[in-house]
Amino acid sequence: MKRALAIMVGAALILLLAMLTLVVMPYIQMSSEEVPEDLKPYTAQQLKGRQVYIANGCIYCHSQQPRDPSFAPGDKDRGWGRPSVPGDYKYDEPHLLGTMRTGPDLFNIGARQPSIDWQLIHLYSPQAVVPDSIMPPHRFLFKTVDKVAEGEKEVHIPPPYGPKKGHVVATDKALALAEYLLGLDHTYPAPTLPQPDVNAQPDDIKE
Amino acid sequence: MTPTIAILLIITFLLSTVGLLLLIWSIANNQFRHGKDAARTIFTSGEEGVGEDPAEKSTQELTEKPDLELSARYQADQSSRKAALAWIASSIVWIVVGSFYGLLSSAKMHMPELLASSEWFTFGRIRPMHLNAVSYGWSSMAGIGIALFLIPRLFKTPLVGSRYAILGSAIWNIGLVLGLGAINIGLSDGKEWLEFPWQIDLLFVVGGALCAVPLLLTAANRTVSHLYVTSWYLLAALVWFPILFFIANMPFTFPGASGATVNWWFAHNVLGLWVTPLGIGIAYYMIPKILGRPIISYQLSLIGFWSLALFYSQVGIHHIIGGPIPTWLVTLSIVHSVMMSIPVITVAINHHGTMMGNFGRLKDSPTLRFVWIGALMYTASSLQGSMEALRSINVITHFTHYTVAHAHLGMYAFLSFILFGAIYFVMPRLMNWEWPSRGLISLHFWLVSAGILIYFFSMTIAGWKQGIELLTADTPFMDIVRMTIPYLEARTLGGSLMTLGHLVFALHFLAMLLRRGESKDQPTLFRSMNKEVIR
Repeated sequence: MKRALAIMVGAALILLLAMLTLVVMPYIQMSSEEVPEDLKPYTAQQLKGRQVYIANGCIYCHSQQPRDPSFAPGDKDRGWGRPSVPGDYKYDEPHLLGTMRTGPDLFNIGARQPSIDWQLIHLYSPQAVVPDSIMPPHRFLFKTVDKVAEGEKEVHIPPPYGPKKGHVVATDKALALAEYLLGLDHTYPAPTLPQPDVNAQPDDIKE
Repeated sequence: MTPTIAILLIITFLLSTVGLLLLIWSIANNQFRHGKDAARTIFTSGEEGVGEDPAEKSTQELTEKPDLELSARYQADQSSRKAALAWIASSIVWIVVGSFYGLLSSAKMHMPELLASSEWFTFGRIRPMHLNAVSYGWSSMAGIGIALFLIPRLFKTPLVGSRYAILGSAIWNIGLVLGLGAINIGLSDGKEWLEFPWQIDLLFVVGGALCAVPLLLTAANRTVSHLYVTSWYLLAALVWFPILFFIANMPFTFPGASGATVNWWFAHNVLGLWVTPLGIGIAYYMIPKILGRPIISYQLSLIGFWSLALFYSQVGIHHIIGGPIPTWLVTLSIVHSVMMSIPVITVAINHHGTMMGNFGRLKDSPTLRFVWIGALMYTASSLQGSMEALRSINVITHFTHYTVAHAHLGMYAFLSFILFGAIYFVMPRLMNWEWPSRGLISLHFWLVSAGILIYFFSMTIAGWKQGIELLTADTPFMDIVRMTIPYLEARTLGGSLMTLGHLVFALHFLAMLLRRGESKDQPTLFRSMNKEVIR
């Protein structure tokens, strides 16, 4: 048993060393980093929308982390915004950085598409606004009614993408998700970005 | 950079250099001859040179032999029967479920309207269900099942406390059903590889801990003095996984960007410190066993073990190169990713070196063919991984299908192939029955091989082209999406073949459990070795 124990203790120690360098140290460093002044906490509605974003796995196709132009110039040139800094994610639990770009980066989608109608149409039928998009439609976040009741948000889907009869109405989930997406706007300057890279101004964000 | 960080970087750099020097030293001093006795611990006396494939010694023959050691081994095999079967049979269910979700996710990528009206089948839910079903359901359960079979053999003593492992498999399965159900109804933790809600994760902790009981009890009762390298990997994996799983799943602990570092520290270590030790540990047993030939360098296998532990535990952050995290952290992970070539080369020397002169056996032994191809793909995918961590390559491949191809080369072509091969070895010994059909093994092999080839190449090419185009804004984003569609369709074709192969495998497994087919005194091989007698 002594040998087996030695192997197991050795293995555990090495993992603890790795944990120190890859978990503890970065945590200490990053949690002390300055948070940009203009970054606002999420509203209750946005937080609800964030949950819808997580529940439906938007993260598997969309990242939220534009890279440094000196490293990967395409990100900024596509209008995806300045490189993100740890402080930008102060209110993110869990993080939604993403690892895939089947669809575009969403770090500044609220600045690129500031219209809630666009967001809702896009969620109902991505192909209605982006031809050939391979994003799945999220029609289950909407309902089709004969008559729009008061206080309900009707979404005017361009034909032929809408239903044949009736009106499309956004559910609370759809509205919350759209609200969250509109809130994804990090066009303010980041004080902690290294100087040569602080050239991303709000007007760099393209439609 | 703070002094502490500088010191840490220096320490890890020194450790890396020592690892490299050890490797060079062992090659220069021809350490390959040493430790032969240790490498022989997996053989019974006189067995060396014969090989324990079903190819040459059937189980019946072993029981009839009055040889004490052989009958002890027979008893060891029988002692792990129920526990190993509980885990392996469950894993077969999960690979079928997981493939279904994988295939559906793949098809939905180029057919966005497929089953689109139902939130249960939306891409963002079934894609993580695929990942969790195959990683925690198939890979982990099959790996644990085979480990439970190997432990009594490695320690040359019957499995003690197998009831704990059986109970563990039941709890683990409940965890999977609840976890996948939670993702399906939209209750995800939202982090890749950590989607299961943390309350459900507790079930995996309990299930896994119950499985550790027989391992430790058997280790305490062992009758061999030397621990063969496979036991090193199994023991270490058993220590690593619970620590990783526990830390990474602690709720409300790591907010914002530091959550991403913990996420990828865990996600990469699931590969490096959980499935990799299981996979190469199993290969370290199967290859010499089937060839009847000890591995060529035992010393090297131990260097490989410790360097794997040192380097692999720190590579995770190469998943966020270019992301909002400190540069030193990324650099540290890149250095260790490159240093990973040391354990990979030592394992490659042992696995492929032992094969030298025996490649002909790939024509007949299903186990050897699956396991060796898996071992070869371990070498390939690890070296590819080291390359992919370099900034110049990563800037192209990151965020693209290239990474998906690489992941499947590792989790499928490496790990799953080794698991397939090991199951073909283990089952006849547990059931005292040979596989019913040679044709079905062959069909399984060709379907999954063709499938993964198509999968890997279509995704690699698509990802590379995607990555190059993403670097400049000259190509509109939608043009890149349109460009990938033929490759995504090819992936669905490859995925269909793999799924079909798994169905063949599952049906054959079921036939095996029911002891269908004829009683044979010769094993089921790809081609008959000599006179095959049907009794």
